[in-house]
Amino acid sequence: MDTESTYSGYSYYSGRSRGSHRHGERSRDRHKSHSKDGSRSEKSVTINAPPAEPLLGDAAARGEEVQDDNWGETTTAVTGTSEHSLSQEDIVRITKDLEDSVGLDCRRYFTLTLSVVLGLLVFLTPLAFLALPHLLWPEKLQACGTACEGLFISVAFKLLILLFAVWALFFRAPRAGLPRVFVFRALLAVLVLLFVISYWLFYGVRILDSQDENYQGIVQYAVSLVDALLFIHYLAIVLLELRQLQPAFSVCVTRATDGETRHYNLGQLSIQRAALAIIENYYRDFPVHNPALLTASKSRAAKHLAGLKVYNVDGPGNNAATGLAQSQSRAMIAAAARRRDTSHNELYYEEAEHERRVRKRKARLVVAVEEAFTHIKRTQEEELKKAPGDVMDPREAAQAIFPSMARALQKYLRTTRQQHCHSMESIQQHLAFCITNNMTPKAFLESYLNPGPTLQYGRERWLGRQWTLISEASVTSGLKEGALFLLKCIDFSLVVTAKRIPYIQLSEEFIDPKSHKFVLRLQSETSV
Amino acid sequence: MSFIPGQPVTAVVQRIEIRKLRQGEHLILGFSIGGGIDQDPGQNPFSEDKSDKGIYVTRVTPGGPAEVAGLMMGDKVMQVNGWDMTMVTHDQARKRLTKKNEDVVRLLVTRKSLEQAVRHSMM
Repeated sequence: MDTESTYSGYSYYSGRSRGSHRHGERSRDRHKSHSKDGSRSEKSVTINAPPAEPLLGDAAARGEEVQDDNWGETTTAVTGTSEHSLSQEDIVRITKDLEDSVGLDCRRYFTLTLSVVLGLLVFLTPLAFLALPHLLWPEKLQACGTACEGLFISVAFKLLILLFAVWALFFRAPRAGLPRVFVFRALLAVLVLLFVISYWLFYGVRILDSQDENYQGIVQYAVSLVDALLFIHYLAIVLLELRQLQPAFSVCVTRATDGETRHYNLGQLSIQRAALAIIENYYRDFPVHNPALLTASKSRAAKHLAGLKVYNVDGPGNNAATGLAQSQSRAMIAAAARRRDTSHNELYYEEAEHERRVRKRKARLVVAVEEAFTHIKRTQEEELKKAPGDVMDPREAAQAIFPSMARALQKYLRTTRQQHCHSMESIQQHLAFCITNNMTPKAFLESYLNPGPTLQYGRERWLGRQWTLISEASVTSGLKEGALFLLKCIDFSLVVTAKRIPYIQLSEEFIDPKSHKFVLRLQSETSV
Repeated sequence: MSFIPGQPVTAVVQRIEIRKLRQGEHLILGFSIGGGIDQDPGQNPFSEDKSDKGIYVTRVTPGGPAEVAGLMMGDKVMQVNGWDMTMVTHDQARKRLTKKNEDVVRLLVTRKSLEQAVRHSMM
């Protein structure tokens, strides 16, 4: 359903979420960007669990509500499709609205109840197989001999193991919420269901109907079911846990705002699980995102643009918006090339000056902290009894020496633009922690001199619930060579590309230990 | 001055006759040699082709018999008294030059400038 041509002048469903300013150039440009998105069929989903596939009936019913009030006035042309057609982005947008209204945990509870029901069914089936003959035709049943009773024990233990194994693999608290359903788990659930149903069918037809008296055979049948379930669990372990351990792809993760790049090795994963692994590594490896460090380049860029003003002399007759932008940018680039640009000079001296300032402040800070630490001494037990006056616990000790280094520390943080990452409370806590653990001043300063990973800072910086996965391919499809997707947090995004790890052909060369022989290479000079 | 294996070596040579000088009980010639087939040709500063294992004159003592006779630093010694010096070990070369019963050694040496001079004179 290619809707590119129809949405140039008017967007049917976006009115509700985009606001009602629909007139003039601005709205046309915005809709143009919508249609550009549509042509690439980009899907953007929040990681906070929207429902996977809404029923199309719901969407059509809600379609009436999202109609814009100004619909009649802003319609320019409707060509190609009817008003009730839906494109892919519309469905995604509607599911987002649905999620807002229905609630975030609905999907989780749904899957949980489904899996508990399936688990109970699977667990009780062998017990039912064993118990039903005793209930339905006890007098016809053959007595259970020793071998048969031995099989009871085996069924019991295998069921116990299966119970623990299934709990360990499927029922522990999830550590993340992914946008789409976990394909392998769904497939496994379907497989188990089919399996159990086929066993029930066989049981119903061949045993219940004919009222078989051979109880040992029935017990063996139940044992075979439990064995097969254990094998399916083995398959589940391989698919869910082991398959992704062997590295197959090397992904390159770049932060879009400041270019920090890291490389990781991942196994064969779907895109959403790969995104989860990358985010977990992000919290460990990347230094915290500091928007204050980006202001310098932004101001330089603003200065470039502000230097020239471009007036459109041809008047409003030139109404192709893209043509206008192109001619504007071409004019600006040409003018910038002709003008002698000294901004590189300014940058060089500014950076040298900043470097010098940072180093001076750092020297002052290190000296102040070292001096402050000399005021504190750890007392031993015997000394405590001797001089009980003025003994402090770590927190009070930290508060006592903090004022002497506070000013130097604050100035340093302000120079390196980190002052909003550390509150006074957190600094004092860190100081008390360092004093308690006998750390040196250098160890105390380490977390302020080098920006650490995101988890080191306060909880409000973690933004764990704000990640969005943006991908052109379906997020449940596997990683491929050249896969590209974005992970967007609130004010920065991570660009991820994947490359396959090459096939390595290793060859061998044998060196005989006796083959290490040497000769002297001389250049002697003899006088004659 | 490189050679092609199997082909005769051709070079423009100068004949130099050195009279040995008696110093105490030794007869000295007044220069130093380097090179030889048992030496490392890559360290030879005077050779054009760094795989040339010939005998080269590395130093000439000022005022000695060799300098008087016209030997120059960097010359390659091709023959000594008729004995070939292009494929000898360092020690063999030393022995050929320092025979106690010889007062005079007649060397055939070659250098780059000789070849250039011949070419200029032919043109």
